[in-house]
Amino acid sequence: MWQFFHKLGSPKWFFGIATRLMPWLLAGGVLLLMAGIVWGLAFAPKDYLQGNSYRIIFIHVPTAFIAQSIYIMMAVAAVVTLVWRMKLADVFVKAVAPVGLVLTFLALFTGAVWGKPTWGTWWIWDARLTSMLILLFLYGGVIALDRAINDEKSAARAVAILVLVGVVNIPIIKYSVEWWNTLHQPATFKLTEKPSMPADMWVPLLLSVLGLYLLFGWLACLRMQTEILFREQRTRWVKDYVMAGRG
Amino acid sequence: MAFDSFSAFLVMEGHGPYVWACYGVFFVLMIAMMVWSVHRRKAAIESCRRGYEFQADRSEQQAARGSAASFTRVNVSQD
Amino acid sequence: MHPIRKKRLTIVLFLLVGLGIAVALTTYALRQNINLFYDPSQISAGEAPVDVRIRAGGMVEEGSVVRDPDSLTIEFRVTDFNASVPVEYTGILPDLFAEGQGVVAMGRLNNNGRFVADQVLAKHDENYMPPEVADALEKAAKGQNKASENATTNTVSY
Repeated sequence: MWQFFHKLGSPKWFFGIATRLMPWLLAGGVLLLMAGIVWGLAFAPKDYLQGNSYRIIFIHVPTAFIAQSIYIMMAVAAVVTLVWRMKLADVFVKAVAPVGLVLTFLALFTGAVWGKPTWGTWWIWDARLTSMLILLFLYGGVIALDRAINDEKSAARAVAILVLVGVVNIPIIKYSVEWWNTLHQPATFKLTEKPSMPADMWVPLLLSVLGLYLLFGWLACLRMQTEILFREQRTRWVKDYVMAGRG
Repeated sequence: MAFDSFSAFLVMEGHGPYVWACYGVFFVLMIAMMVWSVHRRKAAIESCRRGYEFQADRSEQQAARGSAASFTRVNVSQD
Repeated sequence: MHPIRKKRLTIVLFLLVGLGIAVALTTYALRQNINLFYDPSQISAGEAPVDVRIRAGGMVEEGSVVRDPDSLTIEFRVTDFNASVPVEYTGILPDLFAEGQGVVAMGRLNNNGRFVADQVLAKHDENYMPPEVADALEKAAKGQNKASENATTNTVSY
């Protein structure tokens, strides 16, 4: 098991695996996401209360959900960085933070545009919306801190600690709608219960969540490869790879 | 199909601007992020290649000059 | 596991637990500020300050909406099924405003226990469904009510 763990930490090994995985992740992600969105936009029935404005859910929920999962994955990687000093974990954090930032922004933006016709306001300082805004700032902080420190090793440690400190925000986002009075409604998808919507609505939603997940996987592989190329450019295998013109 | 016509699909009973604004921004940002990431990877490979070629040129020149002391440091991956 | 790594792992875990406790205590202490609105039970129990801008939230009570025919003024009661608070508001309501729907109103509580709102927002739940299903559910609920009403009238008439 430890051997596998160390193999996983090898940038060269990861680079090869990522190259093989990426076409599948991209094709699957685009396919599932488009299927979910087309189904949700054109074929799913409208909501009895909100009419057609609820169709924003088919991108709002995936972006918000994956923005939070990325942060959890970053926190796991941060523990690995701090305890095992594995280079690849730091590469992951650095590569995916901008993706998390964009997805969090999209979740906030689609939420605001959805809030106007349904709630009657673009923004309200309730616990869910505010904690999601904090997530946006956390992603921004991680990116800024990483750029501010030149030394690779100290940057990795500082970023890992910031990521770990910020992870307390994740349960707050998730349970804010249950712990406090908020304008935002409770979660549509719960792991323990059947979804509170008909299959014509939750199947496309699930498809777009899975699609965006795969697309994130593709982005993560791609961006990690870029980071690895930068860091390992003095090694022989990178030289061989680049000069072979397979790029 | 949940709509009677294509124009009804675009209007969405008055909610069209909200829905389409969301999807528009989503696609623009997602595609921009994907294109930018692919571009960065290509740029990284290109800059590595230029670095190696520069090194190769320099060592050739040095060899031509016949400089006695030439150390070539080879960094091998520790993995 | 290597002892140094074990030590680092313990430090990381302590950091996380300590941070978690700190944040939990802070949010618990600030819970009244984090809550977006007071519910009718809190207001009728006198927990909400009078003549301070606050928010009140709950369900619009069935049959309580009175619209002024000459202006945009509207009166309704907000309930959480334990207590209810009268609200008056002048202005445009969100599309989703209806009896039996959730609302969050922003405004001031006056000395008579009336809530004078200057903004009303609609709150909805996570139960999305097609209109036909909602109609069917409503019909079913009405049918059940009728059945139980019949049952009671029957017992009364006996």
